[in-house]
Amino acid sequence: MRFRCISIVVLMLVSVPAFAQMDLSGEWAPRFHEDNPERLAGPEIGDYLGLPINDAARLRADSWDASILTLPEHQCKPHPADYGPRGPANLRIWKEVDKESQQLIAYHTHISWQAPERTIWMDGRPHPPEYAAHTWQGFSTGKWEGDMLTVTTTHLKTGWIRRNGIPRSDRATLMEHWVRHGDYLTLISIITDPAYLTEPFIRTTNWILDPRQQIAPYPCEAVVEVERPKGSIPHHLPGTNTFLNEFPKRFNLPEVAARGGADTMYPEFQEKMKASGK
Amino acid sequence: MSRGYTIVDAGKLLVLLFSFTVNTALALAQQSSDIHVLHVQGNVDMLVGAGGNIAVQVGHDGVLMVDTGLAQTADQVVATVKQLAKPVTNKPLRFILNTHFHPDHTGGNEKARAAGTTITGGNVAGNIQDATEGAAIYAHENVMKRLSAPTGAQAPTPSGAWPTDTFFGDTQELFFNGEAVQMFHPKSAHTDGDSIVFFRRSDVVLTGDIFTTTNYPVIDLQNGGSINGLIDALNFILDITIPAEKQEGGTMVIPGHGRLCDEADVVEYRDMVTIIRDRIQDMIKKDITLEQVKAAKPTRDYDPLYGSTTGRWTTDMFVEAVYKSLSAKK
Repeated sequence: MRFRCISIVVLMLVSVPAFAQMDLSGEWAPRFHEDNPERLAGPEIGDYLGLPINDAARLRADSWDASILTLPEHQCKPHPADYGPRGPANLRIWKEVDKESQQLIAYHTHISWQAPERTIWMDGRPHPPEYAAHTWQGFSTGKWEGDMLTVTTTHLKTGWIRRNGIPRSDRATLMEHWVRHGDYLTLISIITDPAYLTEPFIRTTNWILDPRQQIAPYPCEAVVEVERPKGSIPHHLPGTNTFLNEFPKRFNLPEVAARGGADTMYPEFQEKMKASGK
Repeated sequence: MSRGYTIVDAGKLLVLLFSFTVNTALALAQQSSDIHVLHVQGNVDMLVGAGGNIAVQVGHDGVLMVDTGLAQTADQVVATVKQLAKPVTNKPLRFILNTHFHPDHTGGNEKARAAGTTITGGNVAGNIQDATEGAAIYAHENVMKRLSAPTGAQAPTPSGAWPTDTFFGDTQELFFNGEAVQMFHPKSAHTDGDSIVFFRRSDVVLTGDIFTTTNYPVIDLQNGGSINGLIDALNFILDITIPAEKQEGGTMVIPGHGRLCDEADVVEYRDMVTIIRDRIQDMIKKDITLEQVKAAKPTRDYDPLYGSTTGRWTTDMFVEAVYKSLSAKK
């Protein structure tokens, strides 16, 4: 019996089990009641409202020209892990379970637009070294905190906070909390980016269980859409982007609000605007 | 047949655990604490921590290295390369390829070459005593010019560090370990002696300092570099890299410094360098002086990623190099 105990202790040392608290598996249909215009039609050029960005991010977005997406090398980029759930995001989640021990090894996700697939490792493996490659979906590890799955993602490729040129750097990390309430699934995502954000950026996204959902394939083929001189990159030189004023004019907003920054995330900002008479 | 755990099972497990732990510790101890190895794909590994990144290709023909890092890490690099080769081949380090002449990429040439062998035959063996001494070093001829000196002048590096085989055209090629290896020479990019190395079967490209993930590109004007040549070279890298799916993976790219990359990372960098070039070009057209350009901070949206106010290559130095390169009379 003593030896049996030793064996069991050794086995426990060799493998750390990941006990699933709540199964997230299934076909999930996105809800667009939050941030609908930005997520479906797409954001307005120059709308940085409510984003904790710094001046560097602001200039990158001011310089961004949507025509850059016509370059063949830009056409087939999927949304990265932090933005994928925000778009047309019909979502499939499934589990990978060890056949022998029945322990949870990983969750996998598939999202409809551009079909990115992601792995959230649940087996306690470490993140790769800093010199390893970065990917659109990054490297994710998860752990249960009660019934909430908390996921940490590193090794992301350069991405975007908003689809109007607001960047998210490849040095950013993503923390997510996945919470299931019956047939509803809520994702709370927190992006920390030392290059372009002055504070962590938090947003929530929701889905409803949809067992009949069929996600279509999403192949992508890059083609030359616009003939340009080789090496030409569409962008606006500083001070020349005439589209930036359209957003505050259309919605009768103070220009300073449209320029974003951490202040614009908080209710106090409205009071400040009222007090300044803008 | 009992399924219960026994002393034998426990013993085996403990032995396995101990063996795993000791082997891992030995492997870590044998691998220099400063030099890290990352398998890229195919026959190619990436060595990090020796100054510039190094690629090592190992196979049945022996070992090929691209760049050799700093002089002070040469012993560790050679030891790490031997350790990498040991399970695969008993043949020596035979080829060293240099991406350019800077000492963080060629500083280990002399010691790495001395650790290798050139296989010769025919009219050579037995006639020229030193023909088999050391590995062969391939590089563009301008690397030779920078590392050596005319007769009578003091060379900046010892002769053992110099290329043994140079080329002066656009390409140099060899076939080693079952794959074609190409060196492409962009005329004037980081320097005037750059080579982009392409392992065609492993599908790995080594860029030298034309592309890094850690800083703005160093444009070595004194040694023939130019901003437009560098952008052309970045676009050339995009021509030879092919992503596997959804702009990811496929051809892997080892930058001169920084983390392992693929085409999408080069696209980001190419876009950044092109946009900054265009901004400075526009200011030059408006007769804005260099000091005014620096004061306008045309790089400030990328400074959190690549900028520096200290060290060997500051943001100001980059802006100045771009300005001077674009202002130079053709």
